Amino acid sequence: MAATKIRWGDTLDEDDSLPSNSISGPDSRGVKTIIEYKRNDKGEAVKVTTKTRVSKVEKKVYKVTAQRRTWKRFGEAAKEQVGDSVTVQGTEEIPFERTRQSKQTQDEKRQEKDLKTAMQGSNKSEIVGSLKDILYRKRMERQLLQARGLAAGPERPPDEDDDAPGGLPVAGSKPGGYVPPSRRAGAGEGDSMRRREENSVRVTNLSEDTREDDLRDLFSPFGPISRIYIAYDRDTGEARGFAFVNFVYSQDAQRAIEKLDGYGYDNLILRVELAQPRAER
Amino acid sequence: MRPYLLKGHSRPLTQLKYNREGDLLFSCAKDHNPNLWYADDGTRIGTYVGHNGAVATCDVSLDSTRLLTGSADSSAKLWDVETGANLFTWKHKAPCKAVAFGLGDGLAAIATDPFMTTTPAIHLVRIAADEADQSADAMQVLAGFDKRTNRVAFTDVNATLISAGEDGFVRRWDVETGKLKLESKIHAGSIADLQMSTDGTHFVTASFDNMSKLVDTQTLEVLKTYATDRPANSAALSPIFDHVLIGGGQEASQVTTTSSRAGKFESRFFHKIFTEEFGSVRGHFGPINACAFSPDGRSFATGGEDGYIRLHHFDNDYLTARFF
Repeated sequence: MAATKIRWGDTLDEDDSLPSNSISGPDSRGVKTIIEYKRNDKGEAVKVTTKTRVSKVEKKVYKVTAQRRTWKRFGEAAKEQVGDSVTVQGTEEIPFERTRQSKQTQDEKRQEKDLKTAMQGSNKSEIVGSLKDILYRKRMERQLLQARGLAAGPERPPDEDDDAPGGLPVAGSKPGGYVPPSRRAGAGEGDSMRRREENSVRVTNLSEDTREDDLRDLFSPFGPISRIYIAYDRDTGEARGFAFVNFVYSQDAQRAIEKLDGYGYDNLILRVELAQPRAER
Repeated sequence: MRPYLLKGHSRPLTQLKYNREGDLLFSCAKDHNPNLWYADDGTRIGTYVGHNGAVATCDVSLDSTRLLTGSADSSAKLWDVETGANLFTWKHKAPCKAVAFGLGDGLAAIATDPFMTTTPAIHLVRIAADEADQSADAMQVLAGFDKRTNRVAFTDVNATLISAGEDGFVRRWDVETGKLKLESKIHAGSIADLQMSTDGTHFVTASFDNMSKLVDTQTLEVLKTYATDRPANSAALSPIFDHVLIGGGQEASQVTTTSSRAGKFESRFFHKIFTEEFGSVRGHFGPINACAFSPDGRSFATGGEDGYIRLHHFDNDYLTARFF
């Protein structure tokens, strides 16, 4: 009996096997999580978590087409070697080069002009009327394309680093980490951090499928915009319902707030306010 | 776009053809063996071995079981698409430059060149359901012209045959009687290609006179003219947009005299109605001899004098962009 008795100290030494890998999901948002345990070169146990967004793409093919995929090679093709490279995909990206730019139709020009004049005026209902038409039409066009499967949704890797809830990814947010020049304070046309926050307008209560272009359409009549940031969910890639718009001039930001706060966009009442300076982490 | 480059031919391409579903691509070239490819990734399925001369033309039956080819070895051959077996050979006295299946695949046209003492003709033949019963005799011979025919196509539910040739004429023939019903000089130069629209109401031609034209099938009236500044060797109509794809370029014999950019070997896109050029896709380093749109309109293939086929799948921005 004593010989089979295992002392706790021994079990600790022997039981150095890693926890088994686990795969969970895809959950309701289509995110699949794979947790793997492995040892690195130094013998340390490492936990690797991989998150992937799973999406199902349905493609309809003819029955005969599927059947033809099983055809046997014949003629010269049957004699092909692996290295023959009869078919290669070009490495160069060949663009569809446009020889002419599309012209705006008269109708669009007129509408755009209407919008501009309305924005300069002070009548709030006037703006809302003309804006609604244009933006609605644009959104419908996009949805139509999406329904036909031609326009891609906001495609980004699930772990893209846009995690700051309610804040902008800021230079030096990870102490000691490398900050690319484009993100360093004072980068880009002399646009300092302080100024960036000063003219930043926070837009909340946006609908989920609002895009950068929509916001640009909405805010550009007030003045030049330096940057638009829409917060996306890091797992699903859907918009989280708020965004920041940075104006070059603070008076433009102020005007935008006056005009658009409480403006009904896509059945939601927009809330537009000056962004609060970021709380220290 | 990152096109697939298909190097299955050792000599200039002559014609490209998609099947009805758009999953197979047939190519023929001045080497002796037409090729069959998967149209999505460009994998070669097979080659049809048997001709002993440049293959000028091919056509595939609607159900993708039979392939008809015409060659400079003065023969036209019927092939089994899946196995590459040669089912039947029509022996003529002159090179065959144009072939076409009729609707229902029971009828085909084979056009022969003027050669030595033979005069050019278009032979209409019956395609037997069982190749053992296949006859070499033509049911009708259309003649009465003196230049080579480059393209033939059936229309009006096989009642009419359309032919286009080196003399710049497009002709409408009565299939039943073999009589010429209508002819019209569409081009000043030789017509190199003729492709029907999906609904068959109009077709597009490509000619060495630097023009490509949209022509009404019934009246042979020119509806639109697309001016290119170099010979047009092939033209295709998009099945989903009002776009015309024209391939061509400086004549092969002139190519070495200028830089490759001056040769203008791009595939060019014209608007069907406004006749304005709106885009181009570069890639070939010789003139484009053949081009074809996939039946779903989302990809196209071009074949060049350089011996390459380039298989392009459009990016989304082509499908969504408003060009006009």
